Amino acid sequence: MAIHRYHAAGRSWHFASLRELLAKASPLRSGDQLAGVAAESAEERVVAQLTLAEVPLAHFLEELVIPYEEDEVSRLIVDTHQAEAFAAVSDLTVGGFRDWLLDTAVTDTALSALAPGLTPEMVAAVSKIMRLQDLVLVASKCRVKTAFRNTIGLSGRLATRLQPNHPVDDLTGISASILDGLMYGSGDAVIGINPATDNVETVARLLWMLDEIIQAHAIPTQGCVLTHVTTAIEVMARGVPVDLVFQSIAGTEAANRGFGVDLALLHEARAAALELERGVVGSQVMYFETGQGSALSANAHHGVDQQTCEARAYAVARALDPLLVNTVVGFIGPEYLYDGKQIIRAGLEDHFCGKLLGLPMGCDICYTNHAEADQDDMDLLLTALATAGCTYIMGIPGSDDIMLNYQSTSFHDARFVRQLLGLRPAPEFEAWLRGFGVTDDDGRLAGNGRLPERVRQRLSGSLGP
Amino acid sequence: MNDSVRHKAAPLPGPSRVDDEWSPLRAFTDARIALGRAGESLPTRAHLEFQLAHARARDAVHLALDESRLKVELGKRFPTVVDVCSAAPDRLSYLRRPDLGRCIDPAAQHRLEMLAAPPSDVVIIVGDGLSARAVNDHALAFVDALQEELSGWSVGPCVLVRHARVAITDPIGMALNARIGVMILGERPGLSAADSLGIYVTWQPKPGRTDAERNCISNVRPGGQSPAAAAHRLGYLLREMRRQGMGGIAVKDQSRVIDGSVASVGTQPGLLLGWD
Repeated sequence: MAIHRYHAAGRSWHFASLRELLAKASPLRSGDQLAGVAAESAEERVVAQLTLAEVPLAHFLEELVIPYEEDEVSRLIVDTHQAEAFAAVSDLTVGGFRDWLLDTAVTDTALSALAPGLTPEMVAAVSKIMRLQDLVLVASKCRVKTAFRNTIGLSGRLATRLQPNHPVDDLTGISASILDGLMYGSGDAVIGINPATDNVETVARLLWMLDEIIQAHAIPTQGCVLTHVTTAIEVMARGVPVDLVFQSIAGTEAANRGFGVDLALLHEARAAALELERGVVGSQVMYFETGQGSALSANAHHGVDQQTCEARAYAVARALDPLLVNTVVGFIGPEYLYDGKQIIRAGLEDHFCGKLLGLPMGCDICYTNHAEADQDDMDLLLTALATAGCTYIMGIPGSDDIMLNYQSTSFHDARFVRQLLGLRPAPEFEAWLRGFGVTDDDGRLAGNGRLPERVRQRLSGSLGP
Repeated sequence: MNDSVRHKAAPLPGPSRVDDEWSPLRAFTDARIALGRAGESLPTRAHLEFQLAHARARDAVHLALDESRLKVELGKRFPTVVDVCSAAPDRLSYLRRPDLGRCIDPAAQHRLEMLAAPPSDVVIIVGDGLSARAVNDHALAFVDALQEELSGWSVGPCVLVRHARVAITDPIGMALNARIGVMILGERPGLSAADSLGIYVTWQPKPGRTDAERNCISNVRPGGQSPAAAAHRLGYLLREMRRQGMGGIAVKDQSRVIDGSVASVGTQPGLLLGWD
């Protein structure tokens, strides 16, 4: 460990380790206060940022925030670091790296080439000395393309996960929400159901239903039931159709153990899903969710601040070549992100860090009812993320997830931001929407509230007189 | 001047509002489907109804546990009922400091230890969590549904906890010498349901257990999972834990569904959108 010092106005400041310096430089959030790692004053926070700005990026390869021997995520970060890719910025300090990222000559090509040379801690560090506009601008320069049955992450595109959850996993209720979402043009990232339980039989039934809907209408998208990875392995072994394997992950080995996973298990699940060969235009089969505060929540943060822990989770995701990764930014509650201001900043940090590390980063723009946040806060975050080139957002009927009891973005929210910024769905899905009669040639909703004929005939019994 | 202007509940439908033909599908789900649109945005009524639901949920978060009534009623169902508080002194601390909600207040810890409870198979713990309303309204119905599943098991003292998080199961279960801790807790309020119970089961509770070592049954409420269905699932989990000598993700819930909780109305997969 190195002592990091800063002298200002006749006063000398000491930070005992890189871990402490990162934590104290982190913009204020309740989770770091809860963990007792936050700066003790506003001045100390900015002094820490000034000190951090002087730390050479190369130092991050010498001083780990969690020891190599103690944590498999640290080992993963060190063992997979690519020195050649890092060479482009290896002489820079954290502050110099911020300036470099903002350079207009640095484009998507340079950023893609750099990604394998960056560690999560470097990326977290630079995010801490950036304003929101920096986080938006730099992220907007990153391009990360992934594919399974469609192509996600192309320029000028914004995808949506259709999230049709139901409190008792009722198949009819879920399919009603899927229909609603499709009619609003949602679902190109994935049609992803959070089941109410990990009951194996229920998970299998949901997967069969998703497969049937996708196949019957030749929808160029993928389905997923967001169950634990061990359940996915079990149902795959039984021959149940699995497109994407989902798992919640975190940035430390101990926190992942809290989720009941480790790297070996994730690789095992990925191998099983790859074997099914269900992709059409690509074979990225993993879907991960993350969120600041998960490591502290599992009491597994090692004194590392929550934003740095979150960036470390992206190292885990990166090792498994995912189709989709999203932070569930406001889900965890006010003890980690207290209010709309903290949620907005965290969402933009997470998206920036994920993108810089080369991930197809989306965001579940959300809040719970015990947080000091509301729809206006989410509108601001949505608009900022969309301008930052966010890969995908959630689509939930009327923003209200009736199973998970929180509020996220709605089908209408996606329409709003597509209209505002001219963002289009994944190309294969866009063509399907036009062919199915959901949208017109300009990508606007067609049909004036009427269902496509094929769907109306099928539903005639349910639509009443 | 006429100062008595009457405001109508619903705005008049106009050419800028589009209604969705599939609104009858609302019969199949409480989700906010077929809201229609103004341009491509939310119509006024749907927008304000959402705001109202959020305002109500915000109010519900701060409701208090009806301790005196619950203690009396639980006393009719368990030989011993103890009411305790977590280390969180008030609601605001509870919201900001989940660590306090996971620890037991030292005085309460002492009271539990003074009971010198003999080893038992199961202890039932009832905690407010983020919705005291769920506990006030539905905890007793679930406890009643559970009685049959618990026959043949030795059941320790019942504990009622104010400002509780799930993991407070660990110190309580350990202090009471229980092999399994069952926590009945108010889940955080949603817009449509501010009264959902979650049931969390912990094998050999002791401080340091992780979430992966627990099993969860959620959404127990009217319109969600019925008390009978949840009790049936819990009975299955308890038997599996005892058989396997462990809990958490290693114990898969493979119970058969008994009532209309899953796939009600005899649906076929893809009913609304599947093969023609």
